[in-house]
Amino acid sequence: MSTLAQALPGDSVRITTDPHTEPFWQAATEDRLAAPQCGNCGAFRLPPTPFCPNCQSTAVNWVTLSGRASVFSFSIVRGFPGIPELTLVAAVLDLPDAPGARLVSNVVDVDPADVHIGMEVDAFFSPIADGWKIPLFRPATGAGNG
Amino acid sequence: MSADVAIVGVGATPYYKRGESWPRTITELAGAAILDACQDAGLSVKDIDGFAYYSGAQAGYGNVLDTALFMETLGIPEVTFSAALTSGGGGSAGSIGLARAAIVAGDANVVVTVMALQQAPTGRLGQAYGLMASDPVNSFLQPSGLYGPGHLMSILARRHMHDYGTRREAFAEIALSQRENASTRPKAMKRDPITLEDYFNARMIAEPLCLLDFCLETDGAVAVITTSTERARDLKQPPVPVIAAAHGGHKDWGRAFSWMGMPRETFASSGHAAIADRLYQRAGVTAADIDVALIYDHFSPMVLMQLEDYGFCAKGEGGAFVESGAIRYKGGSIPVNTHGGQLSEAYIVGMTHVKEGVEQMRGSAINQVQDAELALVTGGPAHLPVSGLILGKA
Repeated sequence: MSTLAQALPGDSVRITTDPHTEPFWQAATEDRLAAPQCGNCGAFRLPPTPFCPNCQSTAVNWVTLSGRASVFSFSIVRGFPGIPELTLVAAVLDLPDAPGARLVSNVVDVDPADVHIGMEVDAFFSPIADGWKIPLFRPATGAGNG
Repeated sequence: MSADVAIVGVGATPYYKRGESWPRTITELAGAAILDACQDAGLSVKDIDGFAYYSGAQAGYGNVLDTALFMETLGIPEVTFSAALTSGGGGSAGSIGLARAAIVAGDANVVVTVMALQQAPTGRLGQAYGLMASDPVNSFLQPSGLYGPGHLMSILARRHMHDYGTRREAFAEIALSQRENASTRPKAMKRDPITLEDYFNARMIAEPLCLLDFCLETDGAVAVITTSTERARDLKQPPVPVIAAAHGGHKDWGRAFSWMGMPRETFASSGHAAIADRLYQRAGVTAADIDVALIYDHFSPMVLMQLEDYGFCAKGEGGAFVESGAIRYKGGSIPVNTHGGQLSEAYIVGMTHVKEGVEQMRGSAINQVQDAELALVTGGPAHLPVSGLILGKA
């Protein structure tokens, strides 16, 4: 059994927000994964930006997602400055209920050797500095992840 | 392929391991490279009237390349052009196109491009993404712990392996072949040969990438002088014509590995396909006409993906192509990074590739490709703009 993948210690992780990104982080504090959907053409985008890149509309509906994601690609990071023993699985995730939007996060509580492209994962929310939370992911239960 | 401008001078300092150039200052390093390039060209530094930078005129580690300070320290009387391509190392080759734009527009006559690096005590370039202050955009990246550019690009490499069956042996071949090229070069930082076994024993940093997939971190400076073809005729060196230069790129690549939103086809690429098309169209050539390729090598897989985007092999076949020996200086069909590149010679954010392209076209390179008539030089696969340059035989 090798070391399970972790995330950075929460108290060392800082985020900042602007009026376009804040709804994402507010939702995270409520344990919800949310993504901006264009109010005009329906396209999703992440990170949240002022205009829809398809139709230039500024209208946005914030949609609460299921939290299910699938690993598009990933890296196994061996050590972090100041935390040499840390192993991170940093993953680029497709969000099936927000097609076209991707999230960069960590898959945790998993043997890094078991992570693979296409793996289904589920979001949970973990405290970071200044009272915020970030979405992290664990292997989905019963989703054919063998 | 008539060229309106030519490169007439190249200069460089010695290369130092990161942090070891002190007590020389970064202004001294940049100034020494500029003076060396002037001497190479047979020009006085007082002839310089333009500066064409890239990387937003940043020199890494929070340092800046400042035209007024160069004028003050070197005694350059007047400049009529001072500008930079935006973003980072993606613009290295394209900065020569910026110099050309100034010259063709009549804004300047003798334009210098310079890059200098000196490690600050506060950090390493290899940890740059972790050291940045949090902002609303990088808050969607930084918490993942992808603290260096190689960590980010390892995710593109893994996707290429998944989509096309690319093997680590291909990345190894890039590291090994470039080390072999560096072995004959007195200024190279790494000259000891490496074997496939060394590669597979190297420390994993961000799987699938290991230490030998990562470029060096170097202190030093390189400068290049561009002028009009007409002016170039009277100078000391045979002029190296700028056949074509291009910078920019497509929205599907965009912020690249700082974004990770690239569509599948573009994700496992170098983001250079649009630049390659424009360069070849402008030059009226194809990949088959290129004799030596100086490919920006911050991380070995990005060399492989550029070989695909520049059409040296089909998309997805980069692994088999490099494993066949195609990029070797000795016996390869397209010698790549004959100077050892950033993996083995020195990392000056792409400028060593421009310098080697010039030396190859002069016929004076240490690892000279016989009868080479066209050299391709590329800027870093990164946040747009990315860029490319085709140089012709002097």
